[in-house]
Formats: sequence, C-alpha cells, structure tokens
Amino acid sequence: MKKNESYEEFIKGVWRDNPVFAQVLGMCPMLAVTNSAINAVAMGMATFFVLVGSSFLVSSFRNWIPKQVRISCFIIIIATFVTIADYTLLALVPKVHKELGAFIPLIVANCLILGRQEAFASRYPTRLAVMDAIGMAVGFLIALLSLGAVREILGDGALFGVKLFSVNFEPWVIMILPPGGFLTLGVILLFFNWFKFKKDEFLDDVAEAERRGS
Amino acid sequence: MENLLWIFISALLVNNFVLTYFLGLCPFLGVSNSLETSFRLGLATTFVMLVTAICAWILNTYVLVHAPYLRLICFIVVIASTVQFIEMLIKKLSPALFRAMGIFLPLITTNCAILGLAIFATNRGYGFWEGIIYALGAGVGFTLAMVLLAGLREESELSSIPKLIQGTAMNLIIAGILSMAFMGFAGLFSST
Repeated sequence: MKKNESYEEFIKGVWRDNPVFAQVLGMCPMLAVTNSAINAVAMGMATFFVLVGSSFLVSSFRNWIPKQVRISCFIIIIATFVTIADYTLLALVPKVHKELGAFIPLIVANCLILGRQEAFASRYPTRLAVMDAIGMAVGFLIALLSLGAVREILGDGALFGVKLFSVNFEPWVIMILPPGGFLTLGVILLFFNWFKFKKDEFLDDVAEAERRGS
Repeated sequence: MENLLWIFISALLVNNFVLTYFLGLCPFLGVSNSLETSFRLGLATTFVMLVTAICAWILNTYVLVHAPYLRLICFIVVIASTVQFIEMLIKKLSPALFRAMGIFLPLITTNCAILGLAIFATNRGYGFWEGIIYALGAGVGFTLAMVLLAGLREESELSSIPKLIQGTAMNLIIAGILSMAFMGFAGLFSST
C-alpha cells in the first residue's frame, strides 16, 4: 500500500498532471533554453535538483513555518537551492553555464516550483513530497527534452551535437531561433489536445454503450 | 546619448522580453484576453520594472560588491518588499490609480520578467541611467507584445476556430508568428 502511494505520486507528475503539457506551467525557462538537447538536459537537471531539494526542506519544516509568511519562506529556500545549482554548474560545466546564462537564476521564478511547495510539499509528509517532486521534475525533464530534441533535429540536423543527416539536409534555422520555441510547443500542445479529445470521445462512447446495454 | 537610445530600442524591439527572451510568459498567455486589461497590466509591469532597476542598481553598488553569492536572494526579497510598500502607498494616496493598476502589482512582483531584468542589467554592467532606460524599453516592449496578442485574440473570438486548436495551443502559435515578425527588427543595427 505504502509503495503504491508513492508510485502514484510519482507517475502523476510524469504523465497525467505533466507540468508542461497538462498544466502549462514553467513556460519561460522551458522555451528559452530548449534550442538544443544538451541545454534542455542541463536545465532539467538543475530544476530537478532545486525542486526535490526545496520540496524536501519545505516538507520537513512544514510544521514550523508560520502560515502568514510561508510564501516568503518558500522563496528563500528555493533561492538558496538555485544559488547552489548556479555555482555548481559554473564549476562543473562552464560552457553549458555560459549558454544558459541568466536562465539558471531565473529558475527561482519558475511557477512550477513554487506551485508544488504551496500545493503539495507544505501539506504532506516528507516521503510523499519528495516522490511528488521527483515525478514533477521528471515530467518537466521529459517535456524539456522532447522540445529540445525536436528543435535541435529540425533546426540543426543534429541530436546532442551528433549530425543525423547527410549534407543534403537543409536545416530550418527558424526552429532554433525564438519563434521555433513558440511554434514547437504550440504544435505539441495541439497533439496533446487531440489525444485528450479522442480519449474523451472514447469514454463517452463507452458510457453510451453501457447505458444502452443496461 | 546615442548609447542610451540604442539600449532603449534594443530592449523594446530587437530583444523584446516576451518574444525573444521568453520572459513573462505567464501573464502574456494568461491575461491577454482583453485589450484593456493587458494594456493596464503592461503599464503596471513597466512601473515595477523601473522600481526594479533602481533597487538593483542600489543593491549592486552598495551591498552586493561584498557578497555576490547573495545576489539572487537579495534581489527577490528587496524587489518584492519594495513593490509591496509602493502598492500600499498608492492605495493610500491615489485610489483611482490603485484601481487602474494596483490589482496587478502583487501578480507581477515575482514574475520572471522582473527578475530577469535585474539579472540582465547586472550581467551587462549597466549604470544608473542605462538601467532606467533599459527598464523603460523592456516595459514598453512587454506592453507592446501584450497588446498585440490581446488584439489578435479579441479578433479571433469572432471567427469560428476548430475546438481542437482553441486555447493555449493557438495562443502559442500566434506568439510564434509575432516573434517571427519581430525578428525583422534584428536588422536594425546591423551596420553599427
């Protein structure tokens, strides 16, 4: 039972309540850094670290944080983790850090992270909060990676810097430029809408059939 | 003088905060359903950006030279509390102004466009006036993008659009096309 509960929190973030595709949260870093798959992974890992770390801390301290100043407390906790992530990336992978630039400190303003603290971590025990954070972060990473991969393949003809096509491939430069981010995410959301549409239609049909049957 | 003009135009058109840097997308997509509201939100954002630029300059010059690793925390705390303070002040002094843009102030305080402005201005080493002009350009650019999207969305209400595309997906695609149009401005400064 206990294992099931944690698993449920995890899978919820990855698929059903995926932060980007289902809830449309955390768009700013999402679009800004996904011009290549490598940047997308770096951003995803940084967000993963910040989200899991601050969920753990917020959830551990949830009985000591006064209700009135909780948002400020959350933000200070998140900002601390972001500063750690910023300096760690600078030390380990200076090249990626330079490309992501100002968007690492901007993880602080990612509404996904503050949203999870407010909606989940400050109300549930640590174990569940951490599972929820891991699920959400993995969901975010998947979204970043799918967007980054599509944009890099179309815009550069490569994936993780490895050329995929022969020289005859004409790259769509627009895809790695800002408009490509908007267009790609728009089209991906369109697919998700279509998927949901079909599923609802199917469920309606099933309900209709059951009504007739009974 | 020429330099200040360059900073203004660059923040306004060439490096528009919303359409090129993807900052402030939440209000951009969330609140842009009416022209009137988005214009007022744009004004409020411009105002907060000006306040931010001043705060960031003071912090950078007097406080953060001693402890650069506290930059992020300091920015957030100081900007949020200053805006809250100004909000109370406006409420007291001018209820009309408060009704026009006051309700948006708490919404945009921790917006990434605001924090992004402070961080970009710091990274580029802008002085006091440069920072102010940069904030002004970014704010007007934000308003411009908001108003453009809101106008297009109001138009689209009148036409019949397939149910599948309605909502965020369509707004993103509209934003993509707008962003493409703004890329044309990149040629403005190619000679310099």
